[in-house]
Amino acid sequence: MKPDLSFVEQVSKLSQQNVQRCFYCLRCSAGCPSAYAMDYTPAQILRLTQLGQKDALFHSSAIWLCIGCETCGTRCPNEIHAGAVIDALRQLALQEKVPAAEKSVFRLHKAFLSTIHLWGRLHEVSMLAQYAVTNLVSRAVFGNIDMGAALFLKGKLELLPHRTQDMDQVRQLFSLGEDSPHDD
Amino acid sequence: MAQYAFYPGCTLHSTGVEFGASTDRVCDALGLELLEIPDWNCCGASSAHSMDHDLFLALPARNLAQAQQVPLEGDDLSLAIPCAACFSRTAAADLALRNDPAFRARMESVLDFQFSGRIRPRNLLDIMANDLSPSQLSNPVSNPLHGLKVVSYYGCLLVRPPAYTDRWDDPEHPKSMDYLLQLMGAQPVPWSYGVDCCGGSLTLNRADVVVHLVDILARAAIEAGADALVTACPMCMANVDGRQKYRGELPIPRPPKPDYDPLPIFYFTELMALAYDLPMLKVLTRHLVDPRPLLKRLEII
Repeated sequence: MKPDLSFVEQVSKLSQQNVQRCFYCLRCSAGCPSAYAMDYTPAQILRLTQLGQKDALFHSSAIWLCIGCETCGTRCPNEIHAGAVIDALRQLALQEKVPAAEKSVFRLHKAFLSTIHLWGRLHEVSMLAQYAVTNLVSRAVFGNIDMGAALFLKGKLELLPHRTQDMDQVRQLFSLGEDSPHDD
Repeated sequence: MAQYAFYPGCTLHSTGVEFGASTDRVCDALGLELLEIPDWNCCGASSAHSMDHDLFLALPARNLAQAQQVPLEGDDLSLAIPCAACFSRTAAADLALRNDPAFRARMESVLDFQFSGRIRPRNLLDIMANDLSPSQLSNPVSNPLHGLKVVSYYGCLLVRPPAYTDRWDDPEHPKSMDYLLQLMGAQPVPWSYGVDCCGGSLTLNRADVVVHLVDILARAAIEAGADALVTACPMCMANVDGRQKYRGELPIPRPPKPDYDPLPIFYFTELMALAYDLPMLKVLTRHLVDPRPLLKRLEII
């Protein structure tokens, strides 16, 4: 595939990280807690970005399995925050309406943000309900029934939400960008 | 009485209820007055930065605007934030408001406020360890936690990335929690996993990853000789407390148990409350791994 060399510029600008500085020492990938489950490690993500391999990146599971723990960015000798690069890649993939390789991860983020759009604060029960409904086909939902029940019995899931009063202002914050994440 | 603006975050009344209750009690005992910021909203947690860069900074920026309404005098004020993720997001927004004039102008217009820069977001652990003297911290100790061996677990966002934390503690070898717990009479034991990640929000959609990471942490803590793991983050608590027992697999057939005895997990504020002999019995019933047998064996409760 022909490399698209403007891609690295675009990602560097959006993430405010100089991706070209990566010399592939692999410290990011050695410390990454979810690298073992990713199709590309953080260092490979940086390399693929340098080489303009947009399709591989947008369809990768790695951009959805990054936890955002900042281990990579803290350890990088070139001060590249791979987490910020991955955030930028995920945003570009959403803008181009590429279906998420990890659908459950995408659906949980959607459910979380819908809850904040609704109440201003997190209400676990609303979020879990939306996540369960949108994610019924996945066993991720059924695997969490026992922990959900335990948390409920311990009184750690509140039935009624606490809400922010000035929701008009909170909702304004959701429409700052021109593109909003798409529905799958 | 020292005063702080206070951002509790969403979890302190729900999944992090032990953190909320013990924070209230300990701050009361130490004479720290926490003034909750009016009409706050969620910080965006793991989802805003994952989906929408504008929202990632805008949600906590609104909280910083609201914090300016807290009636506090002075130019060097602190916004106390117990949750590690809330702290990190708010620190990111604070940095952007200070260093990015375009972002600041946009937020000031949308949120109808003027950024004063008088209030700095700080983590509660930072405030406890650095604003109080050792004697202030140890004077209220009436029930020292003798014999309790613990590992201090910081996780990710409490000490990383340095740009947000301003290095209030070392990002790779933090020491604050060991220091506090020693003053409480507990015995922190060294281990190598203090800043490793618990898997964060992947717990609900890729529980397998979180179970894998939590097993590494629990086994390492046990290998280090610890009776319990101490955290300062509600997400870490939910994961390390919950995923040792609840493996995220279908309940039928029953998934296999871990190959170790689940380790009790505490918030550092819970151990402080126990050492100060504040009422904690009801709070301790909310854990998924019951810590009471351990505390009874050591005659702490």
